[in-house]
Amino acid sequence: MSKYIIRRLLILPLVMFGLSVLIFGMLMMLDPVERAALYVTNIPKNPDAIQAIIDKYGLNQPIYIQYGRWLGNILHGNLGWSKTAQMPVTQAIETYFPATLELALWSFTPIMVVGTWLGIEAAIHHDTFIDQAARVFSIIGYSFPTFVFGLLVLMIFYADLQWFPPGRLSVWANQAITSPGFHTYTGMYTVDGLLNGRPDIFLDALRHLFLPALTLAYVDWALILRVARSSMLEMLNQDYIRTARAKGLSNQQVIYGHARPNAMIPVVTIGGLLMVGLLNGVVITETVFNYHGMGLLAANSALNFDAVSVLGIALLAGAVLVIANLVVDILYHYLDPRITLE
Amino acid sequence: MVTESKRLIRPDTATAQTLAPRSRVPAWLIALLKNPVSITGTALVVAFVVVAVFAPLIAPPPIPSEPYQIPRQGFLSEPQPPAQGEPMGTTQGQYDIFYGVVWGTRTAFKIGLIVTSLTFLIGGMVGAVSGYIGGWADEIIQRIVEIFLAFPFLLAALTLATILGAKIQNGLITGMIALVVFGWPGYTRLIRGDILAVKNMDYVMAARVVGVPNWRILFRHIIPNSFYSLLVVASLDVGTNVLTFAALSFLGLGTSEGYADWGQLLSYARNWIPTLNTHWWIVVFPGLALLLFVLAFNLIGDAFRDALDPRMSTRV
Repeated sequence: MSKYIIRRLLILPLVMFGLSVLIFGMLMMLDPVERAALYVTNIPKNPDAIQAIIDKYGLNQPIYIQYGRWLGNILHGNLGWSKTAQMPVTQAIETYFPATLELALWSFTPIMVVGTWLGIEAAIHHDTFIDQAARVFSIIGYSFPTFVFGLLVLMIFYADLQWFPPGRLSVWANQAITSPGFHTYTGMYTVDGLLNGRPDIFLDALRHLFLPALTLAYVDWALILRVARSSMLEMLNQDYIRTARAKGLSNQQVIYGHARPNAMIPVVTIGGLLMVGLLNGVVITETVFNYHGMGLLAANSALNFDAVSVLGIALLAGAVLVIANLVVDILYHYLDPRITLE
Repeated sequence: MVTESKRLIRPDTATAQTLAPRSRVPAWLIALLKNPVSITGTALVVAFVVVAVFAPLIAPPPIPSEPYQIPRQGFLSEPQPPAQGEPMGTTQGQYDIFYGVVWGTRTAFKIGLIVTSLTFLIGGMVGAVSGYIGGWADEIIQRIVEIFLAFPFLLAALTLATILGAKIQNGLITGMIALVVFGWPGYTRLIRGDILAVKNMDYVMAARVVGVPNWRILFRHIIPNSFYSLLVVASLDVGTNVLTFAALSFLGLGTSEGYADWGQLLSYARNWIPTLNTHWWIVVFPGLALLLFVLAFNLIGDAFRDALDPRMSTRV
C-alpha cells in the first residue's frame, strides 16, 4: 500500500510536468504579442513598443528557454495578467474561487443525500414502478443540457414568479458586505453572513444560490443515483446477504445494516470526484446565472480571447483533479481493504 | 463465461468464423427490440434522421447555396412570437427559430457522428496498441492519457477552442477539433482495460500457440470481444459530444453568427433572461430539440448496457 502511494507520489510531478507542457504547448500556439500578457499588464498599440516587450521577455527565443521562464514564473505564483478581470490571474483566482466553492458545496450536499437515497430505493424495489421512475428521472437528468435547464428554471422562478433572482447578492446586501463593519472571513457569503451575525445576508445569498445549485444538482443526481443503484443491486445478490436472510434477520436489518454500508463504497469515491467535477464544471451554470465565480471568469476570458486567464484556470483545475484522483484512490483502499493497489 | 468456454474449444477455422457473429448477436438484439426504453430512443433517432434528411423540404432554404444560414425576418432586436410562416417564432435579430431547429438537426448529426467516430478511431487504436504491446509503450501512452484526462473536459475544450478561434475563423471546425483532442483518451483507457482482461485468456493463448499472427489475434479475437461495450459508450457519446459542442456554442465559441445550430439559438436567450416568461419560445423550442436529441442517444446507450450486462437483469 505505502509502496503504491510512494509510486503515485513520484509520478505526480511527472504528470504535473506533462500538464504544464500541454498548457505551454497551447500557449505557444498564440502569437508572441498575445503571449506578452503573461508578463505585462497592458499591451501597447505602438509596434515599436510591442517589439520592445517581445525582446525584453524573449518571446521569440527558442521554446525551451521560454518554457523555463514561464515555469519559473508559475512556481512563483505568477500566472500572468488577466485582462478580463483586470488583475493578476492568481489574484483573480483567489477572488473568485470562494464563490465557486460555495456553489459547489451547496449543490454537493443535496446531490449526495438525495441521489444515494433514490438509488438505494430503486435497487431495493428493483424493476418496480419506483425503479422505473428513478430511471426516467435519471436519464432525463443527464440528458438535460445544463444551460437549457438553467434557462427554464430562470424562466419560471425568476422571470415569471420573481422568487429566485440570478447573481450572487441583492444590491442592498452587496452594499452591506462592502461596508466597513462587515468582516470577510471566507469570501463565501452564506458563511460570512452567519459569522457576522447577519442572517438577512445569509438568506439573501441562499436565495441566489438556490437555482444554480439546483441546476448543478439535477444533472449530477443521475450519476450518483446510477452508481448507488447498481452497487446496491450487486450487494443484494451477494452470498453474505443470502446468509443474513437465512439466519432470520429482518428485511430492514439485511438491507440497511448489511447491504447498504458496503454499497456506499463506490458512492463515496465517486462523490469525491464529483466534488472536484463541480468545482471545475461550473462554467456553464455560472454563466447562465451570472454568478461571479471562476467558471464565469473562464467563460468571459474565453470570449475575450484572453487565453492567459483561461490557461491559468485550466492549470489550477488540472492540478486539483490530479491530486483529487490520488486521494480518491487511497480512500478507496481504506474503505475496501480487498482492493490492492499494486 | 459460457461463451468463453465455447470459444475455447472452438478452433480458429472458417466454420468458427461464420458461426461466431450469428451466435452472439441475437441475444442482445432481441433484448433491445423488446425494451421500451430502446424503442423510444430508436424512434426519436429515426425522427431526427427524417428531419435531417428532408430538411430542404421541411424548411426550404431561401439561398440554396447557403442552406445553413438562418433567414432573418427583419432586423428588429426583440424576439417575435410564433405566427403564420414562423411556427416557432423568431429569436433576437429575427432569426427564424423553426428553420434553425430543422437545419440544426443536420449540424447536430454532423458534429455527433464526426467527433464520435474520430475519437473512437484514435482512442481505440492507441488503446489497442497500449494494451496489446504492453511494457514501456503502455507505460508512456498511459502517462500521456493521464495528462489529457487531468484536464476537466469542458474547460479543456473551451481553452483549445479559444486559442484555435484566433487562428481559424470557422467555429464549427475549431469546436470539433477541441472535442476530438480532449475526447480520445477516454476510449484509450476503455479498450486497453478490455484488452488486458482478455489478453491472457486461454483461448488467446491457444491462438498464439498455434501460430496465429499478432494482428490477427488482435482483430479476430480481442477487439470483437470488447466491441459491443465500446459501442455502448460510443452511442452515449454521440449525445454527449453534441451537448458539449452546444455548450461551447452557447458560450459564444461555436458556430458563426446566424449558422443553424441549436447551441447558438439558445445563446440568444441569454440577453432576455428577465423577460423569458414573455419570450418563452426562444428557449423552449431549441432547448427541446437539444434535450430530445441527447435523450435519444442516451436511451439507446442505456438499453444497450442493460442488454449486454447480465448482472443488471438479475431479480432481487
